[in-house]
Amino acid sequence: MQKGWTVSQKKRPDAATWIAAGIILAVYVAVFVLEQIIPPTTMLFTVLKKGATYALVAVSMNLLNGFTGLFSLGQAGFMLIGAYVYAIFSMSSEVRDRVYQYFDCAIGITLPVIPAILLAGLVAAAFAFLIGLPVLRLKSDYLAIATLGFAEIIRAVFQWKKLGPVTNGSNMLKDYPTFNDFNIVNAEGKVVLYLSTLVPFLIAGVCIAAIVLLINSTYGRSFKAIRDDEVAAEAMGINLARHKQLAFCISSFFAGVGGAMLAMFTNTIQAKSFTSAMTYEILLIVVIGGIGSVTGSCIGSFLFVACSEWWLRFLDQKQYIGTWEVPLLRNGFRLVVFSVIIMVVVLFYRQGLMGMRELPDLFRKKKRSAKPGKEAAQ
Amino acid sequence: MSTVLPYLLSGISVGGQYALIAIGYTMVYGILRLINFAHGDVFMVAGILMVYLNATGLPLYVTLPLTMVITVIIGFLIERVAYKPLRNAPRMSIMISAIGVSYFLQNMVLYVTGGLNKVYPTIPWISQSVNVFGATTRMVTLITPVLTLILVVLLVLLINHTKVGMAMRAVSKDFETSQLMGVKINSVISTTFVIGSFLAAVGSILYFTNYNTVIQTSGAMPGLKAFVAAVFGGIGSIPGAVVGAFIIGICENLIKGLDLILLKAGVIRQTLDLTTFSDAFTFALLIVILIVKPTGLFGEKTTDKV
Repeated sequence: MQKGWTVSQKKRPDAATWIAAGIILAVYVAVFVLEQIIPPTTMLFTVLKKGATYALVAVSMNLLNGFTGLFSLGQAGFMLIGAYVYAIFSMSSEVRDRVYQYFDCAIGITLPVIPAILLAGLVAAAFAFLIGLPVLRLKSDYLAIATLGFAEIIRAVFQWKKLGPVTNGSNMLKDYPTFNDFNIVNAEGKVVLYLSTLVPFLIAGVCIAAIVLLINSTYGRSFKAIRDDEVAAEAMGINLARHKQLAFCISSFFAGVGGAMLAMFTNTIQAKSFTSAMTYEILLIVVIGGIGSVTGSCIGSFLFVACSEWWLRFLDQKQYIGTWEVPLLRNGFRLVVFSVIIMVVVLFYRQGLMGMRELPDLFRKKKRSAKPGKEAAQ
Repeated sequence: MSTVLPYLLSGISVGGQYALIAIGYTMVYGILRLINFAHGDVFMVAGILMVYLNATGLPLYVTLPLTMVITVIIGFLIERVAYKPLRNAPRMSIMISAIGVSYFLQNMVLYVTGGLNKVYPTIPWISQSVNVFGATTRMVTLITPVLTLILVVLLVLLINHTKVGMAMRAVSKDFETSQLMGVKINSVISTTFVIGSFLAAVGSILYFTNYNTVIQTSGAMPGLKAFVAAVFGGIGSIPGAVVGAFIIGICENLIKGLDLILLKAGVIRQTLDLTTFSDAFTFALLIVILIVKPTGLFGEKTTDKV
């Protein structure tokens, strides 16, 4: 453990890092290839797109909860800001009048997709800065409940009729560029190259890579110091207020980007769907993956989405073994089973899937056997 | 005045219902330092239980106590299954477990009801309409504050003058020392959950008589608001929670009617659609109180130890 302490020591990437990089690359190649072969309506792609979106949001939440020790429950609020900013600014001017049925739209500019996503993140971060000024002075559960409260306030403000010219009130926003618009189409309107799953993977990948770089920088070490012991960290000369604010803003930036991605995934957005239940879902993903592990959050989100949307679907329909009808199976049973699984993880595997380990750690010498195949299977 | 009165009345009524839930939050927080996110859902489950028990055709004098008993058992089991194994774990783990329980209860009810709004049975006497100073309201509006105050007085007596109450106070002061002094903390904690769930059940009967329908998500908002009330009054303090709940209930309902009130008073010309903010106001209040006086109105001062 002592070795990691010396800051000046430049570590060369070892074999394990290369293997991890190889796996990640393989996942991307697999996604690209699968998308060309398998018909695009398969459940697999829904899971992959939503999984990539949730992975980014979960990692951004992990940055706060797992690495800085700030227990924040405001994620849904920042996602809402990101989703709205993206939808409002990326909508082309022709569809504006159709979408803003009841209001005169106050926004006249249309941004390309990437700048709109960046703007979504920046606006979310700006809000986070303002919210952080008063809220970050609070500790643990008070902070949690205050951020939860802010998320609810944001939701109410976005539904306010007086803001209708900007947010379309409580009506939905639609017809902005979505993931499907990334597919490359030839002159006859036939798709020649499917990119609609690879693009969310790329966006999420770039953002998560940025977060990983941040975590491994001096800032990241300061964050971890704050998590482990605030008083000691302050005594070591870490500016608590500044670092907490920084972590909060950065996390919200990526939550905003995640919100933009969610908007692209769902095709329509409405403020009322960004409830605290969404934040809880993301928190549960972080817990399942392991608080303090980026890899865990990514794997966790794919597993969570796959289980809730796909693998456990059969529980919602009547099933027969031979002629015997399996009891209990009907609409909603999937979620019951699913929440029991989550409770078991929370109660008995508090470390989650990965604990605090990252992907390369799985290949390092420790004798623990680990299963790296899981992510590759995704 | 005649414009304000109906809102004021329903504010007092809702305030009383929040107070009954808030006591559960504040007692659990006082003892375990845990925000019991599942408490709002226990409240909702009590509502659903009443719907289903009533559908069996049993008379009211059976279903009402039965609802309370089952709710109490559920509260007790939640503590034993989801919180007790984590007693020595970091606080964040218990809180996550509470969120997990909340998720489970909601999904369970979703499964049982099929995600449909269930109509709450009418309870004869308390759903009657009455006339108060020219404003029509239901009997439940008048009963709630009275019943709340009676229950709170009983609870305060229990805490200040019985052995269990003394044990509770000891545990909330210092968990470990009271354990050393021979207080059986597990039974004290269970008692806390039993009382909290019982009050939540009473609250749910009053609340859903007012709102008529129950769905799996109907516990979330009242739960959060009751928690805010508990924080507002100073978490751990029962009178604080009650005062906080009444203030929040009244303010929230006044905001619902603020457009109309301002319009009639001639302050504004057209509606501002402020109703949207009736929920948000509660949280704004929470943030203000946390920043100005983090210990709440009646909270004890705590200091950080290194």
